[in-house]
Amino acid sequence: MTAPVRTAPTPLLRVSGLTKRFGPVTACRSISFDLHPGEVIGIVGESGSGKSTLLSCLSARQRPDAGTVEYATRSRGLVDVYALSEPERRLLARTEWGIVHQNPRDGLRMDVSAGGNVGERLMAVGDRHYGHIRAKAEDWLRKVELDLGRIDDLPRTFSGGMQQRLQIARNLVTGPRLVFMDEPTGGLDVSVQARLLDLLRGLVRELGVAAVVVTHDLAVVRLLADRLMVMWRGEVVESGLTDQVLDDPHHPYTQLLVSSVLQV
Amino acid sequence: MTSGIGAAEPMQTTRAAIGDSDPDGADRYNYAYLDEQTKRMIRRCLLKALAVPGYQVPFGSREMPLPYGWGTGGIQVTASIIGPDDVLKVIDQGADDTTNAVSIRRFFARVAAVETTEATAEATVIQTRHRIPEQPLREGQILVYQVPQPEPLRKLEPREGETRKMHAYAEYGLMHVRLYEDIARFGRIATTYSYPVMVNGRHVMSPTPIPKFDNPKMGGNPAVQLFGAGREKRIYAVPPYTDVRSLDFEDHPFAIQRWDECCALCGAGDSYLDEVILDDRGGRMFVCSDTDHCGTRRARGHTGRLGADAATAAAAKPRGAAR
Ligand SMILES: [Zn+2]
Repeated sequence: MTAPVRTAPTPLLRVSGLTKRFGPVTACRSISFDLHPGEVIGIVGESGSGKSTLLSCLSARQRPDAGTVEYATRSRGLVDVYALSEPERRLLARTEWGIVHQNPRDGLRMDVSAGGNVGERLMAVGDRHYGHIRAKAEDWLRKVELDLGRIDDLPRTFSGGMQQRLQIARNLVTGPRLVFMDEPTGGLDVSVQARLLDLLRGLVRELGVAAVVVTHDLAVVRLLADRLMVMWRGEVVESGLTDQVLDDPHHPYTQLLVSSVLQV
Repeated sequence: MTSGIGAAEPMQTTRAAIGDSDPDGADRYNYAYLDEQTKRMIRRCLLKALAVPGYQVPFGSREMPLPYGWGTGGIQVTASIIGPDDVLKVIDQGADDTTNAVSIRRFFARVAAVETTEATAEATVIQTRHRIPEQPLREGQILVYQVPQPEPLRKLEPREGETRKMHAYAEYGLMHVRLYEDIARFGRIATTYSYPVMVNGRHVMSPTPIPKFDNPKMGGNPAVQLFGAGREKRIYAVPPYTDVRSLDFEDHPFAIQRWDECCALCGAGDSYLDEVILDDRGGRMFVCSDTDHCGTRRARGHTGRLGADAATAAAAKPRGAAR
């Protein structure tokens, strides 16, 4: 199999020997990799490959059975996220991290206005000035190309693409250093997908935020990810620079994945 | 002024409930209706609640001879703390004379043989729905609130497990989201009832549906404040002289309701006023919602715009009985 991707020192996220089982099924087997500040890593595979389980283990939402997930906090350096107390983990998740869910309903408060959705994280970290929160929310709606006239509307009146952009704004408003994305363009029309991808790419580059993007869609990783890990049956079967892996796949499964996309 | 001692006419629901289990007579229930074990359990919860101001303590709420929404939580708390030497006052929206207030007062006069009163100053235990009396409370008094919804975060976070964590970890950003939504929609914090407070700098608490006008009275109060939610099975408390602050934004500070008018009956300019329709030609007046406060002031010679003439109208003023 492929050696774990280990690059320059001081990673932002260090994953070592991560294993997660569900009964007899091993969803993720001994996965190791480093992610550096500002780097975007794509995790591709079909459904059931373990990529979504891996993402929830990485983002402190599901404790792995073995292995560690270490994150370099601003104040303390590398810490084992599962050794943190729950409130510490939650604090980390709403300050240094962001999570963009595949289904906007999981990542948005549907009965809170768009502005309130974006402002929540600011208020969660202690901002108590309405005017400031409002201005920040407007600024972020602009950045994700949402109409400012919709700032007081409920997300349920938004289209799928708009909801997804709102989710992104809600996550990025506090300047996280790492964003986890689960099929960020899933369920969207192709033209809407393309626009969202462009937007995401621009934001990630502009902000220098690191990201872990889980998707079955090679077009997404081609556009967003610097590096790629291919998952198959709970294991990383191939990893490397995105273009290298996609243009010259070595593992038979990757070859199948790439060729099937080409045929579409 | 006492009423209902000896309870010549027990409230219907009480009679029915007691009759179910004890057809021979209504005198064989335990003192204050609840059995001693239940009262001990509730008192333990109350002590815990007082030890952690604003924290919601789960308790094993019992069936009471009243429908939910009639203050079963408050009644269980009162039943657990009341003794024969107590003097009980019950108010509903500030009034002592609504069906709900009268029923609860009679209930305790009958099952706990306590003296009852309408005078805030004379009461040792005051059970309330929707108001804090205007007359400042003193040490030794206990204010028992009937609480329909104890969870201030519930409107925005329906998951109980999640709101519990938010309290445990003091993650209260969401509370400000609620206030943000108000300002975004109405240009100001439009919440006028159940306005959330921070207790003792630690727990965000719902002050029940009292008007925000009463919020400042909760802080630094010499009396013990106990809160009982029957349906939601929660008890919480604010011990005497505890810091209670209404949440707000720096640029939208908390403010209580104000009226352009004074009480038409007693002339009070600093009490919570209810609007009363006098006739079908648009005639109306504002009067104190706290009937004891208003009456006491009038007895001392204070008069408002309509003075004694309006007293009859006030006596007939419509009030919601329950819910
Ligand atoms: Zn008055």
